Amino acid sequence: MSPAMRRVGLFITCVNDALYPRTPKAVVAVLERLGYEVDFPAAQTCCGQMHANSGYKRDAAALAEDFERVFGGYDAIVTPSGSCAAMARDQYPHLTGSDIGERVHELSEFLIDVAGVEDVGARFPHTVTYHPTCHGTRALGLGDKPLRLLRAVGGIELVDLPAADQCCGFGGTFAVKNGEVSSAMLVDKCRNAADTGAEYLAAADNSCLTHIGGGITRSGGPTPIHYAEILASTA
Amino acid sequence: MSTDAAPIVPAASLIPAGVPFPEAAKVALGMPQLRRNLAHATGTIRAKRANVAGELDDWEALRDAAAAIKADVQHRLPELALAFERNATAAGATVHWARDAAEANAIAARIVREAGAEEVVKVKSMATQEIELNEHFEAEGLKAYETDLAELIVQLAEDKPSHILVPAIHYNRTEIRDIFAQRMGDAPVGLTDDPAALAEAARLHLRRRFLSAKVAVSGANFAVAETGSLVVVESEGNGRMCLTMPETLISVVGIEKLLPTFGDLEVFMQLLPRSSTGERMNPYTSVWTGAREGDGPRDVHVILLDNGRTGVLADEVGRQALSCIRCSACLNVCPVYERTGGHAYGHVYPGPIGAILAPQLEPGRHDDLPYASSLCGACYEVCPVKINIPEVLVHLRQQGPHEPAEKAVMGAAKAVMARPRLWRTALRAARLGSMPWRRKGYLRRLPWPLSKTALAKWTASRDVPVPPEEDFRTWWKERQR
Repeated sequence: MSPAMRRVGLFITCVNDALYPRTPKAVVAVLERLGYEVDFPAAQTCCGQMHANSGYKRDAAALAEDFERVFGGYDAIVTPSGSCAAMARDQYPHLTGSDIGERVHELSEFLIDVAGVEDVGARFPHTVTYHPTCHGTRALGLGDKPLRLLRAVGGIELVDLPAADQCCGFGGTFAVKNGEVSSAMLVDKCRNAADTGAEYLAAADNSCLTHIGGGITRSGGPTPIHYAEILASTA
Repeated sequence: MSTDAAPIVPAASLIPAGVPFPEAAKVALGMPQLRRNLAHATGTIRAKRANVAGELDDWEALRDAAAAIKADVQHRLPELALAFERNATAAGATVHWARDAAEANAIAARIVREAGAEEVVKVKSMATQEIELNEHFEAEGLKAYETDLAELIVQLAEDKPSHILVPAIHYNRTEIRDIFAQRMGDAPVGLTDDPAALAEAARLHLRRRFLSAKVAVSGANFAVAETGSLVVVESEGNGRMCLTMPETLISVVGIEKLLPTFGDLEVFMQLLPRSSTGERMNPYTSVWTGAREGDGPRDVHVILLDNGRTGVLADEVGRQALSCIRCSACLNVCPVYERTGGHAYGHVYPGPIGAILAPQLEPGRHDDLPYASSLCGACYEVCPVKINIPEVLVHLRQQGPHEPAEKAVMGAAKAVMARPRLWRTALRAARLGSMPWRRKGYLRRLPWPLSKTALAKWTASRDVPVPPEEDFRTWWKERQR
């Protein structure tokens, strides 16, 4: 690996910036444990996904240009979000013609494809079920990468989530614009998660977990957790 | 079972027409029997499709080939349409051109009258659904009889199809028994809801129609430019009866159904049955080229239909919707369709493909449909011709009008996100403002004034997380010291 690749730019995403500092902290912990130097450019805000997917192309393009300015100097950019990585990779070429998305890696892609590790030295003695979020799985093609990382965690007991590949119903503004359909999807996801009897529900996107978690606090079920936090754990 | 069972209530009549998708969907979501029927049926087909698609080592290569053939067709549609007309005409068919539904219906009705007929038998066809041929015939004093089993059920129930391939997907067999017993006219006494008994009742009922019909109306799955041939792919044999027995055959064919060569069928005949019914091979595939003495209909008509398609073709991103081969795989995997059914979409093409086709075929209408998706991408994953449905959905959202209130929120969000210092200030304000609820960690309801915005819809079914006391940025700054 080239020396430049030992230094990575961290894109924490707007959702984590506002609500979940523990997730980017976990990413820092994992990357530093593996010997990477993490850089956090403070001028970062949002990748523009909400605007792009809601049909506000010009606003999305402006935010994509900001992203390019902030992260343009990094050979590798790591983010704990499948959908934000997919935004940069799939949509930036159409919005601004930028190919920076090729250097944006969702955490599991970076760990497995770039760093070449599956066992990150974590320990998490709990039962966990994993929900493969749609953009990570389908748009980004993560496959079972997050699961491979989780399988290597010491003490973990993974439980299969029934109908795992079904969307949780979040979908950004879909959750509000088509609130009733979104809720019907959420109810099924929460029930399937609860049926596993797991302590934790892990996923690669905190936006989906906000939606699922918001349902689970009402109906009961496993505690939502970003899988990066499991990888950071050495309990 | 007696015939005085439950009264027939057409499902489509329960869903309010002409209202935006979210409203129609809400009604559909409140129909438990409909949701059970849909979940059962889509789940079954979904599993079958996954199984047979997974068997082929070259499935992805087939999808690529199909997408390439369709893209080629879209690039030289005028040339291929003219070649089809030339070759079909040379083989004895009469080719008509229809700019829209009204022209196509008028041509079809004229041909029926010229054949001295007042009724026609029909092969299941989306194009004729799209132009509302049956309704037009009815108004003209002509009668069109559907012969596909599911279309027959829907027609007898005076309902509308709710699925492209399985139009009666919203009915279970008990409901179908009631429909037959009350509406068929010649249903056997004591008809049960045994599927074999229901099929036999339909078979006897339809046989009489096949034997007396002078004119048949069909669509086509493919139109081969090189030979002037039409292809109909069906499962029940009713299509074969319609396509061979009557003396006059009228086929309404969307211009996007063209294929350059006969050899191209090789690709689609592998993809279509596996994607639609989950079968390895299609049961009844009928191919005909013009008319031939002593073999099938003597008077063969083809109506090439535009009806908005050339408008779709002009959109470089949106035109991939014209690659659709109406297999319905996208409907069967769609989490939205599975919960609402087809009627909520308010268009003959429901589900993910409908959400990108309807607003393009009828510009200015169905602006709500591109939002009837969580962009989960399950549709793109299964599409045999690789239509990137999420890409087109987002593209259409970019064209459509936006509500002023939403526009204001999006504009404000962008203004904040484009200024990192302002963004940090906004996040700090949110952390301070949410202090009273910090201990609980989440909110059941948004505080005023947020409770008065569209965001309040979030809390109808989910709690809201409370921003944490310390953010990542502060933590980062401190450890840098």
